[in-house]
Amino acid sequence: MCLAVPGKIVSIEGDDPVFRSARVSFGGVIKQVNLAYVPDAGIGDWVLVHVGFALNTIDEEEANQVFEYLRQIGDLGEMENEEAK
Amino acid sequence: MKFIDEYRDAEAAKRFAAALRHITSRPWTIMEVCGGQTHAIVRFGVDELLPKEVTLVHGPGCPVCVTPVELIEKAIEIASRPDVIFCSFGDMLRVPGLSKDLLSVKADGGDVRIVYSPLDALATAQENPSRQVVFFAVGFETTAPANAMAVFQAFRQGIGNFSLLVSHVLVPPAMEAILSSPSNRVQGFLAAGHVCTVMGYSEYEPIARKYRVPIVVTGFEPLDILQGICMTVRQLEEGRAQVENQYSRAVNRNGNRQAQELIREIFEVTPRKWRGVGEIPSSGLGLRPKYAAWDAERRFGLADRIVEEATVCISGSVLRGEKKPHECPAFGAACTPEHPLGATMVSTEGACAAYYRYRRIQMRHTHAPEHQS
Repeated sequence: MCLAVPGKIVSIEGDDPVFRSARVSFGGVIKQVNLAYVPDAGIGDWVLVHVGFALNTIDEEEANQVFEYLRQIGDLGEMENEEAK
Repeated sequence: MKFIDEYRDAEAAKRFAAALRHITSRPWTIMEVCGGQTHAIVRFGVDELLPKEVTLVHGPGCPVCVTPVELIEKAIEIASRPDVIFCSFGDMLRVPGLSKDLLSVKADGGDVRIVYSPLDALATAQENPSRQVVFFAVGFETTAPANAMAVFQAFRQGIGNFSLLVSHVLVPPAMEAILSSPSNRVQGFLAAGHVCTVMGYSEYEPIARKYRVPIVVTGFEPLDILQGICMTVRQLEEGRAQVENQYSRAVNRNGNRQAQELIREIFEVTPRKWRGVGEIPSSGLGLRPKYAAWDAERRFGLADRIVEEATVCISGSVLRGEKKPHECPAFGAACTPEHPLGATMVSTEGACAAYYRYRRIQMRHTHAPEHQS
């Protein structure tokens, strides 16, 4: 229910902030999405979409932190694998 | 797809699991709040990667599951009226009321329509000015901005034949209800990522302090969930109880200010009944008096209707994380997704439906002797 799917803004229309909307591509499938809650979002930005509304712009710099965390904590797991051998 | 596939990498998941084994020294019980996370955990088998000390219990974060039978009955009554087009997310149509569900209203000739967005329901109202169009506004904080905007657009454009049947619930009061229960066994939480996209996470900080419980804002892909569990276990092992953010690509501490402002404009905090749990004070949203004209309960004279729950199913205990789905005697026998007794079996995000879909063979194997005796 709280599913929100990342998509890329292809085009934007409307000047009224309440009705401003975009065509957003989800892996090639295009849907119309309301942009009222992401006033700074522009063409090419990735947004997180829930029931026809963009809830946020995805922070592309933060998108790698899962793997950075894994690199730090992963060393601990490697040690365990070594111990098991 | 970008921002999805990379977080499903099996090798990375194994490395997370190995790291988690290394940092875990004692048994810990962690609750994932959101039904979307429950679905992902069972679908991808995340729980099967965990060390035996770490137990995941499934939380109340499925709005379909916690909508009280009283509102289902109101929905059925409104949808049965010949002058009404009743619009809803698809999941709500099969939630059992006292004697039937919305799908059977549709089968009996009611105009019940599945929509993707509340704005689709608003457009239906504009296209059908002689009919009343009602949208079943269920959801947590994630969905509140969409429903608030539908009302605000109706207000701005003067669309009078549109209304909301509101069943909006809030996550933090439910977490407090779980933590203050004498039978609580939850020691740490994975907070629902998209709820925090909207609301931020500062409101969880007093809960973490008061109940000495770590809360980690967590995303929905397998690697997100594994990292969220690692961060929670680390806090538990180190004796910390803080709010941390695993899902920083989509969540910041303050959340979405514009969305919060419109939610506050349209809605006020109210007590809400939760199916299987009962009434929790200040745990939901209702329309403010200024927008009462778009309240379906008032429009159709149902505001004072009270319906008590009567069901044999244990969904209340499942929603509080006290029982697992297969501990219910009706699970997979009298209660299946085709003929659900409780809402946790209806929604794909309900814990019972997730177990039925992905774990039935395994459980039948484990439980077969008991069933035969």
